[in-house]
Amino acid sequence: MTYALPAGPRPAPRRQLMVSTGVAVAAGAMLIGGMLSVWLRFRAAAPTRLSSDGLYQIKDWLPADLAMPEVVTNVGILSFVVMCIMVQWAAYAARRGDSKHVVAALGLTLLFGIAILNAQAAIFVQFNVGVASGAYESMFYAIVGTLTVLIVSGLVFTVASLFKSIGGRATNTDLLNAHALYWYFLAAAYAAVWFVVFVQK
Amino acid sequence: MTTIETHASGTQVHATSSDSALGAFLVGVAAWATTTDHKRIGRLFIGCALLIAIAAAALGAVVGVERITATGYSILDKDSVTQIFSLYRIGISFGVMLPLLLGVAIAVVPLQVGAKTIAFARSAMFGFWMWLAGLGLAVGSTIANGGPGGGNAKMVDLFLLGIGIAVIGALAAAVSVVTTVLTSRAPGMSLLRVPMTSWSALTGGVALVLTLPVLLGTLVYLYVDHHYARVVFGGNKGISDWMGWSLTQPQTYVYVAMGAGVLAEIAAVVSGKRQVLRPVLLTGIAIVSVAALGGATQIQHAVTWTNTSASDKVKELVPFLIFNALPLLGVLVVLGVSLLGIAQGKPRLVPAMAPALLGLGMILTGMVGHLVSLFGPAQLVGTVFEEGEFIYVGYGALLIGLAAISYWGPKLWGRVLPSSAVLGISGLAFLGTVLAALPMYIAGFANQPAGVANDFSYSGPQELWNTASAAGHALVAVAVLLFVLTALRAFTSGEAAGDDPWDAQSLEWSVASPAPSNNFVSTPTVASAEPLLDIKPAGGQK
Repeated sequence: MTYALPAGPRPAPRRQLMVSTGVAVAAGAMLIGGMLSVWLRFRAAAPTRLSSDGLYQIKDWLPADLAMPEVVTNVGILSFVVMCIMVQWAAYAARRGDSKHVVAALGLTLLFGIAILNAQAAIFVQFNVGVASGAYESMFYAIVGTLTVLIVSGLVFTVASLFKSIGGRATNTDLLNAHALYWYFLAAAYAAVWFVVFVQK
Repeated sequence: MTTIETHASGTQVHATSSDSALGAFLVGVAAWATTTDHKRIGRLFIGCALLIAIAAAALGAVVGVERITATGYSILDKDSVTQIFSLYRIGISFGVMLPLLLGVAIAVVPLQVGAKTIAFARSAMFGFWMWLAGLGLAVGSTIANGGPGGGNAKMVDLFLLGIGIAVIGALAAAVSVVTTVLTSRAPGMSLLRVPMTSWSALTGGVALVLTLPVLLGTLVYLYVDHHYARVVFGGNKGISDWMGWSLTQPQTYVYVAMGAGVLAEIAAVVSGKRQVLRPVLLTGIAIVSVAALGGATQIQHAVTWTNTSASDKVKELVPFLIFNALPLLGVLVVLGVSLLGIAQGKPRLVPAMAPALLGLGMILTGMVGHLVSLFGPAQLVGTVFEEGEFIYVGYGALLIGLAAISYWGPKLWGRVLPSSAVLGISGLAFLGTVLAALPMYIAGFANQPAGVANDFSYSGPQELWNTASAAGHALVAVAVLLFVLTALRAFTSGEAAGDDPWDAQSLEWSVASPAPSNNFVSTPTVASAEPLLDIKPAGGQK
């Protein structure tokens, strides 16, 4: 015997993309957080020695010939600030039903995203140490490489959102809110890596 | 005429390319390989997990046989022992516990919450193939002298890559399940009204999402270091140290967290009445997933109590209890409340209750063992006692998986498994589990070292313990093989199931058996946590 339940009203908007992006962002946060934790653990456990003048304890963690491209990393973090404004602009324009602004904001997001990717490439080029040289180097390439992969996935998200917006779905607030959330996460992840890996080293 | 399913909405395209048997077969394979029907994706996960379970249990038996004569190597090669141990652990963790219950969730959760399909069905399908391909790479590379401790550097790299791919696949599937519960519930179904299995899929899924990325990050470090430098993480020998937490307790509790929900759900059906202590049960199920803390932090909080001051003892005890005892408390709550519900109701026979109860009981025994092993004065660290815990948890999850297949089989295949077969095979698997794990507990107290198959000696009948353990693994392999054969026969030519064969309470039993492609013709409305009892005569009380 089949029991028939009363048919319900049409379900409310479900915001599936937003929720799943939130879950994915939680996973991404654990990924970067876990990697930074291992980084900090190794840095804390690095051996120490006295400086040549005998006044300071020096950690043998950084390679002697390290050339951290700090200008590029600083430009990267500033680009992310601008990026956050762009993605929010796109989400805001979608809520207002302004498709021209949505497309313009997503176009600028894509432009800044490519600039950030270029900055990541510049970091790898200017970082004057080989991956096989030691603990710091191998871990640096692993964590910055992972961050770069996440940024590339963000760019794919932006391109998909841009195409959908051009194709007539510019007022899809679920899509653009999820897109904005993902870039906020990337900005936070970049800020954490910037502070721990690029600044504090 | 052969048809292939193009998407979950049920639109079907007629295959006209070939009417030959081969053509029909290829079209059928293609339809399964690209399916976005959540029931098929779940069945793919379940089927593969059962086959891996047979292989992993057989591997456990081989290791057990090797341990019987601890003075020389009779089956295994000395250099391959580390890899064999790793293969067994990976097989049970990533090949059985995780995919078996995840597969059940993918197949059942959308039906339970009143959704027409799973959220991001393509992502779930993609997750299955990534998991399978990744696990295949990991196993293949280990066989080719890769894996933890492997001597072939390229194969070790491939192993790390394979595990990473499998983890990403599992994550994709878990995100689909979590999103489905959060966004696709029927009107009127608040989170407090979600069926127990779906609730445990939500909490367990969130725990997976919080822990597996940490493993993924570690794998990236390990891969880069092993491929280029081998200076930081100990090369091939260090892999076990760095990813070992994902193959032991308490992280394994995260993989089996859904088991608590399965038992609670079946117990409510057995009792035949509404679960009065439902909020307590939901809390208990959620508490099991607190085990994610251990995975996310990769810290084993043990109690050494070498310090004499009381405050130091308390400082050790508090994190120890939070990380290790809370999941145990959750399982105890679920067991207690479920059994109380049955005692207060009018119990009827649901065969799946037996493996579910035995399975959760095994998991509970593993959890208790884990607590004991971390208690310093017991001096069990580094012994096979931990292996006993792992076996209890792993095979416990397997038993719950058998229960889930037996319970939801009618809804997924349209036919019922014979009750006698379910009960008999469950008993066999239970016996095998106890036989495989209990001797390891005893041998652990006798200081049999973990992770080695030879060169150990201790007072006591060590041959007996290892023989019994090997026999237990073999028994589990036979039990699962029997179950697979029985299921194949019953689900293809067995007794047809009614739409509601268990007189159940949740939404999936309101649709035809097997469930149609779109699950529900119209969106059902829910007015309580047991929607079917609302419309059955006398509230379902027979």
